[in-house]
Amino acid sequence: MTITEDRAADAPTPEIGRARTRKEDQRLITGRTRWTDNIQLPGMLHLAMVRSPFAHATISAINTDEAKAASGVLAVFTGEDLKDIQGVNITAWPISADQKTPDHLPVAVSHVAHAGEIVAVVAARSSAEARDAAELVDVDYDELPAVLDLKQAATDSVLAHPGLGTNTSATWQLDSASGGTGGDIEAAIATAREGGIVIEREYRQQRLIPAFMEPRSTVVDPTGEQVTMWSATQVPHVLRFCIAATTGLQESKIRVIAPDVGGGFGGKLQTTPEEFATLAVARKLGKPCKYTETRSETMVSGHHGRDQWQKLTLAAEKDGTVTGLKVELMADLGAYAALVGGGVPVLGAWMFNSIYKFAAYQFNVTTYYTNKTWVDAYRGAGRPEATYGIERLMDELAVEVGVDPLEIREKNWIKHEEFPFTTVAGMTYDSGNYEAATAKAKELFGYDELRAEQRRRRESNDPVQLGIGISTFTEMCGLAPSRILGVLSYGAGGWESASIRMLATGTVEVVTGSSAHGQGHETAWSQIVADRLGVPFEDIEVLHGDTQIAPRGMDTYGSRSLVVGAEAVIRAADKVIEKAKPIAAHMLEASVDDIEFSAGRFGVKGTDKSVSMPEVALETWTCHNLPDGIEPTIDADATFDPNTFSFPHGTHLCAMEVDTETGATTMRKYVCVDDIGNIVNPLIVEGQVHGGLVQGIAQALWEGAEYDDQGTLVTGSFVDYTLPTSADTISFITDHTTSPSTTNTLGTKGVGEAGTIASTPAVVNAIVDAVRSFGVNDILMPCTPERVWKAIQKGGAVPVEGERDAQPHFDEGAPNQDPGAASPESASEGSQS
Amino acid sequence: MIPAQFDYLAPSTVQEAIAALAEHGDDAKVLAGGQSLLPILRMRLNAPGVVIDLGRIAELQGVSEDGDHLVIGAMTTYAAVLASGAVSTHAALLSKAIATVADPQIRHRGTIGGALVHADPAGDVGAPALALEAELVIAGADGSTRTVAAEDFFEDLFTTAVGEGELLTQIRVPKHTGWGAHYEKFVRVSHQWSIVGVAATVRSEGGSIAEARVGLTNMGSTPLRARSVEEALVGQPATDEAVRAAVASVADGTNPPSDLNGDSDYRKHLATVLTRRAVLAAAGA
Repeated sequence: MTITEDRAADAPTPEIGRARTRKEDQRLITGRTRWTDNIQLPGMLHLAMVRSPFAHATISAINTDEAKAASGVLAVFTGEDLKDIQGVNITAWPISADQKTPDHLPVAVSHVAHAGEIVAVVAARSSAEARDAAELVDVDYDELPAVLDLKQAATDSVLAHPGLGTNTSATWQLDSASGGTGGDIEAAIATAREGGIVIEREYRQQRLIPAFMEPRSTVVDPTGEQVTMWSATQVPHVLRFCIAATTGLQESKIRVIAPDVGGGFGGKLQTTPEEFATLAVARKLGKPCKYTETRSETMVSGHHGRDQWQKLTLAAEKDGTVTGLKVELMADLGAYAALVGGGVPVLGAWMFNSIYKFAAYQFNVTTYYTNKTWVDAYRGAGRPEATYGIERLMDELAVEVGVDPLEIREKNWIKHEEFPFTTVAGMTYDSGNYEAATAKAKELFGYDELRAEQRRRRESNDPVQLGIGISTFTEMCGLAPSRILGVLSYGAGGWESASIRMLATGTVEVVTGSSAHGQGHETAWSQIVADRLGVPFEDIEVLHGDTQIAPRGMDTYGSRSLVVGAEAVIRAADKVIEKAKPIAAHMLEASVDDIEFSAGRFGVKGTDKSVSMPEVALETWTCHNLPDGIEPTIDADATFDPNTFSFPHGTHLCAMEVDTETGATTMRKYVCVDDIGNIVNPLIVEGQVHGGLVQGIAQALWEGAEYDDQGTLVTGSFVDYTLPTSADTISFITDHTTSPSTTNTLGTKGVGEAGTIASTPAVVNAIVDAVRSFGVNDILMPCTPERVWKAIQKGGAVPVEGERDAQPHFDEGAPNQDPGAASPESASEGSQS
Repeated sequence: MIPAQFDYLAPSTVQEAIAALAEHGDDAKVLAGGQSLLPILRMRLNAPGVVIDLGRIAELQGVSEDGDHLVIGAMTTYAAVLASGAVSTHAALLSKAIATVADPQIRHRGTIGGALVHADPAGDVGAPALALEAELVIAGADGSTRTVAAEDFFEDLFTTAVGEGELLTQIRVPKHTGWGAHYEKFVRVSHQWSIVGVAATVRSEGGSIAEARVGLTNMGSTPLRARSVEEALVGQPATDEAVRAAVASVADGTNPPSDLNGDSDYRKHLATVLTRRAVLAAAGA
């Protein structure tokens, strides 16, 4: 307590804004901490999953005799054995009232719809014995034709779930004319066809694998009054709800703990078959059970991300003023509607119009099932897809008009004096300054110099061409206002909860419902509370991720923690101060009205008398001399439901060199100037931006999940699923402009997904810009050297200036994708496997 | 992932290892650095009953000189080869190729002999072994040894001249002192297997190429040597134009794989570009 007093007397520098290293990092980085797989319980059994090698089949028989007789094996369960208690993996977001949703059983009973689906579970004394016995389970499958291609799925020629009668899950539309937020899109396009500009493009969002660092792991202890589940999840609270909703266990009998969780990127925003199967087996056997997946299992069973075809029609006047945008998406759900499922592409509905003022807008999405791994949220979830589509289109429009792509953006974007601004999609952006971010980015980038170098290289036919890519992005995060979620039929609210407990010895426990999995909540929340309550950073403990410690919460995803979760923390802190005031007044023998709280001390106006927050906490704890009738606690809870989203934005500039002899691409320079409002911890922000950039760049250049024509994941390990490392990236130049948010106390905006959302189109725009003089206007992602080289070959080996293909396009029936590169079907595992 | 159960043997001499191989035959797998074998075991693509670890056989480790040859023990790690001044002086091509292998962790575990016997055509040591005309010393069941030229060592995908019951013990590399060298490796991400690699080493005389050796990585089921290109380069000036013409046919007759990183024709194109670059770099141009 003396420490507190000294610091308070010195009027400490604010914690908010300090680039503190993270207090949780030592244990997280060394691994000497509570990862789920580190948990050992007495008598704990180990599980191994038997998985379908077929993409689509019915199960005719399962013989478990040999596996049951194997060394160390206690039991083997099939879906049939577990069907009464295993529950079901539900979707929280049916996007239409008539959405078709096949039952997703954790352990399949009679039908498997993707390779990797669980068909039996082995429980043994060691994980090695479980794994050995799993190979002895004999499953008879009757193979069914598999639908693997999204466009083929749309034809219903082969059905992923024959019982549904169709592969179409649902359709959803946002229309500015019928919604009253803008004009009629068909009229806008018709007008543009008569003397304006129409840009039609079809873009592919390839399938990605989240590739979090810690494989998923679940431990279930059924031996207490409550069943306890530890799981490597982003969503312990959602998981508890889903278990209660589908397994017959009462919610009050379930405790879910997300201990330290090693990353997620949306990949752990899921309730998984493995969690439910582990729970079912533990309950059947009455013994603690652990299941930890292998990386190979992660790849086929953990949900994938993205996977869309985007058909886009942009209408503009001759001068480049955009008059309308029509978006038609096909989205692959994979074999099942996952937790967010069809809601992921829907999250793009409000973002295709991005930072621009479009007069008319329409967004359409249809979701389909295929016999591939299920698809759900992956860092950005809906907004990267939208940002990619519009930022690629704006470059195409600039080419058509014949102006610099920054100029075409400036012509169409919302001016800084126009905020708050309600968009054609109906969202009200609270603040922003696209001019400022762009000006700063241009300067840091050396835009004009690089453009000059690009011209020189083009004129000299340099084998290495230079391209400049732009992405002026915004996004909506801070999920989410509960009323809006309700309108969208999402199955939960978007609020967040916090509690602050003032301990007798002067330290503080901050309980947050926003369960971190690597974001640094412990550090950032400590900084915020330190400033708010005037207690030292070191004296604050942040607790989360356990439904018994943090009983209320909506967890961590959608860049929501700071703007929603920390707002709840602030409101709880303010309640603590209010509750402490009468006690402080009593201690100081003053009137409550005369008490002022500042820098951790309650003082009496006009005097030098004061008591510290810890002194009040101790006085409250002893309860020896409190004001009459007062409740003897200054602890407080708060729940915050946002009434709008958070809208960070930024300007990203990327220079790519393209070796036209090989198609190899090399990043030359990357500058981003993000506006995320006020910043709590610049170091954490820097980490989020860098990691986010690399993930977005990886979509542009390196990553892609590919299946063979049998439905086997060809990129089933990191040999073929080419994740980048630090050796593959350059030093990014990152900076900020600051337009404080007007919708939360700290003026902050979300940053967890911004880099990923912005960077992908910046990179692809740069590559296309580098080779546009060869007649290239698109390259399929990931832009492998082979694809780049073949695009150049197809466009013509000799650079041809001025040849453009930006006018109507769909009418000719030729999507402008994948110019000549090897199709996934023709790809074999090859020698890299 | 957990491998299937196996017995583990760690002989301390080559003789003991050969004896263990004789005893267990097909049921045994030899463990060198483990950078390919362990993933295979963990993914249960193979389940040998016995794993014979060569890691404790001191005589298989280290680099020495024997007259006009370098002698590299089969169990010498990539990192140890890289650290050897003798190798960088007398067989620079090998150093340059090994510097591109995967990442530092793998280079500290993986061994040159293990990689050669594994004979993945996308591995980075086969092509320089061919180009440097290395000789591979193989110990046999009867205590004898035989020496096989690199040219005859690689038989097919994952198949070498090392027969049942035999062990690769040494790599003898003729000194190429004063030869320029370059390994041009084409990858999408740095830790990847070569999509295509070209190993070139050149002896220059008075601004032109007196002798050249060129090996190709991942252009067929084995590493390949491009003899016709080597011959075409002799006497050529180290200029872009001359080298471009000399290497134009380097991909003729090759049969590279098609996979997610590129189809066969693209690899052939790459080989042509990369060979030119490798030769020019080796020649110091």
